[in-house]
Amino acid sequence: MTLLSVRDLAVRLGGRLILDGVDLRVEPGEIVTIVGPNGSGKSTLLRAILGAVPHLRGEVRLRPGLGIGYVPQSLAIDPTLPMTAARFLSLPRRVAPEAAAEALARAGVAGLGAVQLGALSGGQMQRVLLARALIGAPGLLILDEPTAGLDQPGTAAFYRQIEAVRAATGAAVLMVSHELHVVMAASDRVVCLNGHVCCEGRPEQVASAPEYRALFGTGTGGALALYRHDHDHAHDHAHPHHHGHDHPHAHAGADGGRG
Amino acid sequence: MTGLESFLVRAALAGVGVALAAAPLGCFVVWRRMAYFGDATAHASILGVALALAFDLPVFAGALVVALAMAAMVSGLGGRGHAADTLLGVAAHSALAFGLVAVSFLPAVRIDPMAYLFGDILAVSRADLLVIWGGGALAAGLVLWRWNAALTATLGPDLARASGIDPVRERLVLTLALALVVAVAIKVVGALLIAALLIIPAAAARPLATTPERMAGWAALIGAASALGGVAAAWRLDTPAGPTIVAVAACLFALSVGAAAGAAALRRG
Repeated sequence: MTLLSVRDLAVRLGGRLILDGVDLRVEPGEIVTIVGPNGSGKSTLLRAILGAVPHLRGEVRLRPGLGIGYVPQSLAIDPTLPMTAARFLSLPRRVAPEAAAEALARAGVAGLGAVQLGALSGGQMQRVLLARALIGAPGLLILDEPTAGLDQPGTAAFYRQIEAVRAATGAAVLMVSHELHVVMAASDRVVCLNGHVCCEGRPEQVASAPEYRALFGTGTGGALALYRHDHDHAHDHAHPHHHGHDHPHAHAGADGGRG
Repeated sequence: MTGLESFLVRAALAGVGVALAAAPLGCFVVWRRMAYFGDATAHASILGVALALAFDLPVFAGALVVALAMAAMVSGLGGRGHAADTLLGVAAHSALAFGLVAVSFLPAVRIDPMAYLFGDILAVSRADLLVIWGGGALAAGLVLWRWNAALTATLGPDLARASGIDPVRERLVLTLALALVVAVAIKVVGALLIAALLIIPAAAARPLATTPERMAGWAALIGAASALGGVAAAWRLDTPAGPTIVAVAACLFALSVGAAAGAAALRRG
């Protein structure tokens, strides 16, 4: 049964129509990534799904009883607030120490429960946020640009962690990302958003769609991917293969991103 | 019990009551950077005191109503054109000024504005004690009841919403608790120094704590110690009690922060 279905969603913020006629579905166990230029409404769509912004029109329907784990883009924790990773996992509801330890291990930060959030590296912090999202075994994880502050190896390592979590828990993943080339490899389905859904499909389909190219033609985020397309028309079919190469490369440097 | 002992005991009880009520809320004031907001609400309460005295109403009620109105107004108007701290500055100082002007219209025998600006803890009556402990328990109870939800909202509004918590509601609860603490503390430390009693114990507790709960516990301990030490010192040195309590808290803050810095330097070798 479909976990999440968004139908004809419109959101107006500050007098501006941010989203208009957005349709989106997430099925159990799939990784769906939303890409789009700045100001295309990616984060607003996630916030509308979470119920944080009112809808002008349309509906967001969640499967009854669906648990959602949310990973924000970052957590600006005030230095005056003492908070260990373990305590953070017990917000807002207390969890058993074993459950907290298991969530930390699943997110790749086993044993960091006693560390202050302020003392964590960027990559560790995102994993602790992921661990908190895993509390209560949610059926859907929602991640808002979870790797915005990470370097490229750190980003690649984080996405591999997401895939590992999906494989271990069966949770579906809906995320927003800027890192197009990494995302392409890590997603089952990519949704290209620009106020409305421009195109969607398997990563290689979206990458070669004219709508996607039109959007990312001048964006720096898509420059790398586009270069390959523009100068390499004959090799369009080889495109997913390219990412096959990216992956192990990023893998090799991943440990640096965790420190 | 002799008269001397009983008024000192009442003063100590009043100080400790306010310190305990202020501790958990003070932590939120520090974490959420609401220090200026707390100050503004406290200053505004002087207008409430003046109005209450003019209409023969309880001072506690007058201060509470004006503090609530002030807090609600600033919360409501925030983000509508004016920067929040500009708005706070305008509202708080206007309320303080109008309050002091209003006080001057009252017959001189009825009010000494100094008592409400700097507190008059040695004149606390049994009825005052009831109000302080009752209102303080209510404020602390509110904060402790919403503790986890408010803490989640403090970390991030979207994080809270994803957990089914309305951050606006949590802010209102904290605002209500703030108005209550202001109203009970005005007799003890006075409108000008209430924010100090919220912020200084919490700030002094920060280096000693690894979790939010421990920080609140330490803040309560430091606040209570400041109240007792302040009352004792004021009695001995014949100094105004409210400012003396705050001065003791400031010394404890310097001690705590200094010790933490020293320990960190030692660890680095």
